[in-house]
Amino acid sequence: MRNIWIVCRKELRSYFASPVAYLLLTMFALIFGFFFWNALGYFVVTGAEMQMSGQNFPMSINQEIIRPLLSNVSVVGLFFIPLITMRLFAEEKRTGTIELLATSPVRDIEIILGKWLAAVGLYACLLFFTAINFAFLFRFGNPDWKPLAIGYLGLLLQAGAMLALGTFISTLTRNQIIAGAATFGACLLLWVFGWTTGYDSSTWATVLSYLSIVTHFDSFGKGVMESKDAIYYLTFIFLGLFFTARSLESMRWRS
Amino acid sequence: MVPVFAHDPCTRKSNRHLKMITVKELTRKYAHTTAVNQVSFSVAKGQIVGFLGPNGAGKTTTMRMLTCFLPPTSGTATVAGFDVLDQSLEVRKRIGYLPETPPIYPEMETGEYLRFVGRLKGLRGAELEKRVDYVAGRCAVGDVIKKLLGKLSKGYRQRVGLAQAIIHNPDVLILDEPTAGLDPKQINETRDLIKDLAGEHTIILSTHILPEVEQTCEQVIIINKGRVVATDSVANLQSRARNAETTMIEIAPRQGTLDAGEVQQKLERVTGIVHITVKEQRGGGSLFEAESRKGELVRGDLARAVIEAGWDLNELRPASMSLEEIFLQLTGADAAAQNGEAKGGDGSGAASAAAAPTEGEPQSVEEPHA
Repeated sequence: MRNIWIVCRKELRSYFASPVAYLLLTMFALIFGFFFWNALGYFVVTGAEMQMSGQNFPMSINQEIIRPLLSNVSVVGLFFIPLITMRLFAEEKRTGTIELLATSPVRDIEIILGKWLAAVGLYACLLFFTAINFAFLFRFGNPDWKPLAIGYLGLLLQAGAMLALGTFISTLTRNQIIAGAATFGACLLLWVFGWTTGYDSSTWATVLSYLSIVTHFDSFGKGVMESKDAIYYLTFIFLGLFFTARSLESMRWRS
Repeated sequence: MVPVFAHDPCTRKSNRHLKMITVKELTRKYAHTTAVNQVSFSVAKGQIVGFLGPNGAGKTTTMRMLTCFLPPTSGTATVAGFDVLDQSLEVRKRIGYLPETPPIYPEMETGEYLRFVGRLKGLRGAELEKRVDYVAGRCAVGDVIKKLLGKLSKGYRQRVGLAQAIIHNPDVLILDEPTAGLDPKQINETRDLIKDLAGEHTIILSTHILPEVEQTCEQVIIINKGRVVATDSVANLQSRARNAETTMIEIAPRQGTLDAGEVQQKLERVTGIVHITVKEQRGGGSLFEAESRKGELVRGDLARAVIEAGWDLNELRPASMSLEEIFLQLTGADAAAQNGEAKGGDGSGAASAAAAPTEGEPQSVEEPHA
């Protein structure tokens, strides 16, 4: 446990000692701020129009603002995840510091978990910026916090899965660009797989759609926690980290 | 074989029998090459051992196996009694490793980095701070403790690399080409530091620079094409090198030209001289090689003979076989090898005995990988 924390702290320190973390946070805050502004504007204008036309049924902030915004985050996150994970192992392999880690009295799995947790930590920092925006809703409106909490849990699980995949890809190369590009490609594929069920209901399409990382977020976004989705993400995380460990092991045998 | 050391002030003799590192028939194969082939050696506690070999000889691979970075294909290696494969974590606790390029994170400050490595190696709290201060002082990096590692010069980085290697006071230090890429002043400082560390740690250092071994190490393991070609103490190698009973004389005529035949005739009369050969004839002075019987002190008589004959004595020096020549002789079957071998005499006994297992074997026909 202690070793995991040592590695994790060092990784977080590396993110925040370089411009990487600040750049990601700024970009994410800008993009999400724009989404939030848009969603809020739409909500206000539609609400006013409805009132003027006499339809006076209540509009739900959870339904109209929080839910679409959370699915936006789940997709936008896919673009940020490669940037978070690409350096994790590729950089250590390039500079040779992997030799320091691999010859220290620390288990491979502790190194991997430390790095992965740091990546999840940075992603959580991104999410924190969305929370600042949502805080305004609580100040001026009365949304339900429970679906939001479940939405955040879903985002973290989804990101955890993609970050595990990115960590694995980062062990395969010593070139950050290659690691980043490959992770990006994998993230996009896992996203668009979900589109197949739109026109096709064959078994293949169903399987592909089930593989998609984004479709499993839908229920979380609604504020519903379905065990099959949670299990999907947890399995994904486990497999990603498992393959990372195998890859590190094979690096010892090959390099 | 436990070698006897003439110069060895800093290590405790009582520990000599303890084997800190034992390597038996260690082999490491890559896809197409065998980087390390049946290497066996052992290192006693407190020794500095030089791992000498040309680039690509298998030095780094052997060191990586000792540090548990690479698992061996076959064979065993134990460090402080622990097996590198089965008790890897125990071995890693007892080893400090400086790879060829110091494993530093450019975005970290020196002190922060040393603390991080210290924690990785299991130090904490007050003990960690104490060790960081100690190694920073020991490796002279105290003045850059707040600087980013990425901004340090090569010499400082190397010293930070050494500092991280000794932070947990390991039994064994493994240093891969610790002086590569440094300037002469830094090289000397690093060598002094390594010699200084020898009392507390058992050290293996690899190098392809011969004088480095001569200056720093007590024992040498010469490795070539993945095989150990010789293990011997530096003192023995040096005495072997000096034992050649050959003297080089440069003689110039006072006027006219020098008759080589006359020189040979006159000098061969000197007691103890067996044979005089002309090495080089030049206008200014000619170079001769005088072979003498073992144990005879001939230099004084030679000088007198030259002067009495009315020539100028420009130079008179014992022709020692350089470590380079020994090295080439052991590692390659090229022309340099034939030069000194015959003259080695009994002084080379120890070294040739050590090299015996490989003698007579056909030289490996594998491609030397770069």
